[in-house]
Amino acid sequence: MGKQVVVEIEHLKKYYGDVRAVDGVSFQVFQGEIFGFVGPNGAGKTTTIECAEGLRRPDGGVVRVFGLDPQTAGIKLKERLGIQLQEAALSQHLKVWEALDLFASFYPRAVDRPALLEQMGLAEKRNAMFTKLSGGQKQRLFIALALINDPELIFLDELTTGLDPQSRHAMWDLVRGARDRGKTIILTTHFMEEAERLCDRVAIIDHGRLVALDTPERLIQNLGAGGRVVFSVQTAVDPAKLSALPGVTRVEAAGERYTVYGASPKIVVDVVNFLSAGDIPFRDLRTEQPNLEDVFLAMTGREMRD
Amino acid sequence: MSMLRGLKTLAFVEAKLFLREFFGVFFNLAFPLLMLFIFGGIYGNTPSPFFGGQGSVDVMVPAYMAMLIGTSGLLTLTIIISTYREFGILRRYKATPLRPQTILIAELLVIVLMLILGVILLLACASLVFHLRFHGNALSVAGAFLLSSLSFFSLGFVLAGLLPSARSAQAVAMTIYFPMLFLSGATIPREALPLTIRSISQFLPMTHVVNLLRGLWIGDPWGKHLTEVVILAAVAAIGLVVAVKTFRWE
Repeated sequence: MGKQVVVEIEHLKKYYGDVRAVDGVSFQVFQGEIFGFVGPNGAGKTTTIECAEGLRRPDGGVVRVFGLDPQTAGIKLKERLGIQLQEAALSQHLKVWEALDLFASFYPRAVDRPALLEQMGLAEKRNAMFTKLSGGQKQRLFIALALINDPELIFLDELTTGLDPQSRHAMWDLVRGARDRGKTIILTTHFMEEAERLCDRVAIIDHGRLVALDTPERLIQNLGAGGRVVFSVQTAVDPAKLSALPGVTRVEAAGERYTVYGASPKIVVDVVNFLSAGDIPFRDLRTEQPNLEDVFLAMTGREMRD
Repeated sequence: MSMLRGLKTLAFVEAKLFLREFFGVFFNLAFPLLMLFIFGGIYGNTPSPFFGGQGSVDVMVPAYMAMLIGTSGLLTLTIIISTYREFGILRRYKATPLRPQTILIAELLVIVLMLILGVILLLACASLVFHLRFHGNALSVAGAFLLSSLSFFSLGFVLAGLLPSARSAQAVAMTIYFPMLFLSGATIPREALPLTIRSISQFLPMTHVVNLLRGLWIGDPWGKHLTEVVILAAVAAIGLVVAVKTFRWE
């Protein structure tokens, strides 16, 4: 990849007492990509990106952002970053437009604020005080503040937490739009769907270690799990006969419901042919592709939402 | 220039926020006026032998100035810093190019501005309504005011730095502030306090602020108040050292 490296992290370590929050993580982020961290709460996602933001001092390893050490680079680096923190607040009685004006004043340049408010769906809330905003509105305000300086590198920590599905899709479009304008985005999420649909590359992090890093497509492909065919029948089918079909790796039967696993996409045809040939009435037949959730399960041995 | 970038807007916004908060407006601006009108209204400002030939309001005004210093340094400063830290407001600022010093300067600027506004309101009302008398040197009083403010502001920083949460900082600040307010002579004049309380109150920094300001108000020379000056300067110096060591952003 001939692309410019924006963030370079090598053997990053961060301990809180005895807890190894980040334990030797290395990766690079390239200009113009959406790079996502997924992992359960406490996996080390936030600590890792806060080290890159310069908000936390690493206990070991090297962190470079635009070739600079965030701990020593100071203001010149901060001016190029847009940061949305997972947990933050503003003064209770600060109004939305005042917050935007205030944060704009910290930077040498700022984007058009009314347009930003419009984009964030906060235009009619511009005179509302911070304390009067809903969780989702606060979240959108913090995303707006992260974008106020037209940053080259944007950090979004759990960007769609607390947002309704409509706002979530709007934020995805916004992030894609920023990427298309050449910005680099690093985000964390615990929504696998978000990582799969939004990120160009995904890093799976668990217990402070990087367990996988690739494009969502390749992560899923490399899992080699293949697809599965799910259907229900009224009369019982012999699972052994299903297993005997070419390309089928496994069959699960739960009452009327059967799940047939296989690496080849052709198994759908075989399953349907088998059922028709045996004159077995079936319903609700569908195919399912493995997703990032399955990758996560395979890599870490546990469900994401635990 | 970049040092000052954001300072003007931040200070302006913080001043607006200050005025939107009932607590701040009441204790920093309204409360001394309320006291002035109640007690000035009851006792007037006729010179009385009880106050060594001064009027009630002449004694009250420098004491209320001490109260304002205590409110700003001990209550307002402590509460603003500890809540901003606890609720992640300072953290959010840290993610911007804003320098930490700029944030502190802006907060201090606003608190000092409100303190000065409180003093101006107090002096204006006392002069216009109760014909306040002044026999001291304005520069000396201003100097004593500055020294007292330094010692109370550094105490505020110490409390904000040492106490873990906004709640505990608020609770401790109030626990120190309110008894001090009534025992130091800042509200009830020392002439009206029993001797035992007056000897206890020697251990309260605010007592020395009240005594220094009241003395300089009637034209005492500085030499007569060296004890107060030394104690307040020591509090300021020790407080500053502890504050620098304990101050935290998170």
